[in-house]
Parts: sequence; C-alpha cells; structure tokens
Amino acid sequence: MALQILLNFLIALVWMFLNNNWTTAGLIVGYIVGLVMIGLFGRFWPQGFYMKKVWAIVKLLVLFIKELFKSSFTVIGQVLSPKLNIRPGIFAYTTELKSDWEVTILANLITLTPGTLTLDVSREGSTLYIHAMDIGDVDKLCSDIRSTFEKAILEVTR
Amino acid sequence: MMIGELLIGLLVLFGAVVSALSAYGLIRLPDVYLRSHAATKSTTLGVLCILSGAFLYFMFYLDHVSAKLLLGIVFVFITAPVAGHLNGRAAHRTGVPLWKGSVRDDLSEAMRREEQARVQAQEPQILRQNNSGKGQSDDGGNSGRTQV
Repeated sequence: MALQILLNFLIALVWMFLNNNWTTAGLIVGYIVGLVMIGLFGRFWPQGFYMKKVWAIVKLLVLFIKELFKSSFTVIGQVLSPKLNIRPGIFAYTTELKSDWEVTILANLITLTPGTLTLDVSREGSTLYIHAMDIGDVDKLCSDIRSTFEKAILEVTR
Repeated sequence: MMIGELLIGLLVLFGAVVSALSAYGLIRLPDVYLRSHAATKSTTLGVLCILSGAFLYFMFYLDHVSAKLLLGIVFVFITAPVAGHLNGRAAHRTGVPLWKGSVRDDLSEAMRREEQARVQAQEPQILRQNNSGKGQSDDGGNSGRTQV
C-alpha cells in the first residue's frame, strides 16, 4: 500500500514536470491521473488497489461517528432520567481479531463509544473485559460489537 | 450567510450542552466506573462538535483552514480512551467495588482463576525450596510436588 501511494505521488510529480505547472491544483490533478492509472492496473497488484483500503477506513470512521451519536444520546438520557434505571456490569467479550493493532483499535473504539468501557484485556489478547452501563442482554451486546466494529476493522486490515 | 452562521452556532451550542450534561453525569452517577463513562464519553462528542464548529466557521467566514483544530480532535480521540481505560483498570485492580446495582462481574472471576493458576504453579517450587532448606535431597522436592 505504501508503495502504491509513493508511485501515485511520483506520477503526480511527473505530471507537474510535463505541464510545468507547479501549483496545488496541478498536484491534485496529477494525483487524480495517477489514481486512475493505478486503479486501471489494480488487479496486477498483489494486495489490490489501495483506494479499497482507504474506502474501508472511511466506512469505519462513518460507522464510528454514527455509533458515537447514537450511544451518546442513550447515556445522556440515562443521566437525565429522574430515577437511575440502569444495570451496569462487566462482561467478557471474545474477539476473533489476532494482531495487537487490531485488538488495540477495537478496544479504543469500544471505550470511545459511550456506555461501554474496556477495563482489561486478557494476557493472550483474545478476551476483552468490558464494563457496560446498561447490560440488557449480553449476547445481543456481543453480537452488536461483532457485527459493527469487528467486521469494519477486519475489512481494513485484511 | 445567516443560515450558515446559525447552523455553526447550533453545532457549537450542542457541543457545549453535551459537555455540561456529561459534567452533571460525573456528579450524578454512583461509582467510579459509571462516572468515567460520563466523563470520557459525552465529552468526546462535545469536543468533536465544538472544534468542528470552530473549524467550519474559520473555513467559511475567515478564509483560513486551521489544521490545528482538526489535530485537536484527533488527539482527543487518541488520548481519551486510553485515559478512561487506565482509570477503570487501575480502579478494578485496586479493588474499588462496583455499584450495588451491578448485575455481573466477569473480570473478578477471571482474575481469581488466574490467581489460583499462578499459586498452583508456584506451590511446588515453594515446597522444593523449603525441603532443600531443611537439607533434604532432590528426591524430597519431587515427592513434595507429587503430593500437591
């Protein structure tokens, strides 16, 4: 992926030399030209076109912002309700993510989403202990995390 | 012109209200874990809204793209979860009790199991050390282990 970005910048630079156009607009046009070229040759790269990864990262960000808003309102609602109607607790979540990077990102995203807080990670890194503000149904919480964050992270890293 | 300013103003106001509510939650909620929910969480949304509002205002009305404001968002989003996680972890490790309404605690069980496994792994060594301290042969240590 780094190689493709480097090549993309190189094409942009060549484009600027050919046009003798040393402005930001020239760089952007050259970059887009390079993007199209690399995209056309996408299937000859062993890892595929790198914009697919960038797109997956954008999707992860959008998903995260959506979750942030949704659960922020839940937490605000619980804080403002006259009687504390919550059942907090710590549950164990088994993740399928393998590398340290993936688990770190997952734990950070879980902590950033209101209502859930990663308390500890087991020594081998496969189990996350999560403090949730309102445990209704543990299985539902787990499958929620699995189908949103874990899936999106897997799309970025693999 | 008017509508844009109004929208940006609403965005900043919303962020301020969220921050105020999370400060209220910090006082309201009963135990340290729930408080850190309020402290680190709604604040991230508040900071996100206020800073992006400021960014949009600078970009559209003062013709100045301020990358520092975006960097501020990025750094808050990197550091806030780490701080929240370490607070909670330290609290749980030092034995701060959960609120009485809590329904389950998988982490305490896991830590107890781990502790037991560690003690069991160490016991033969302790026995062997004791035996060798009494001046017995290596066989004594081995028989000590088989007893365990």
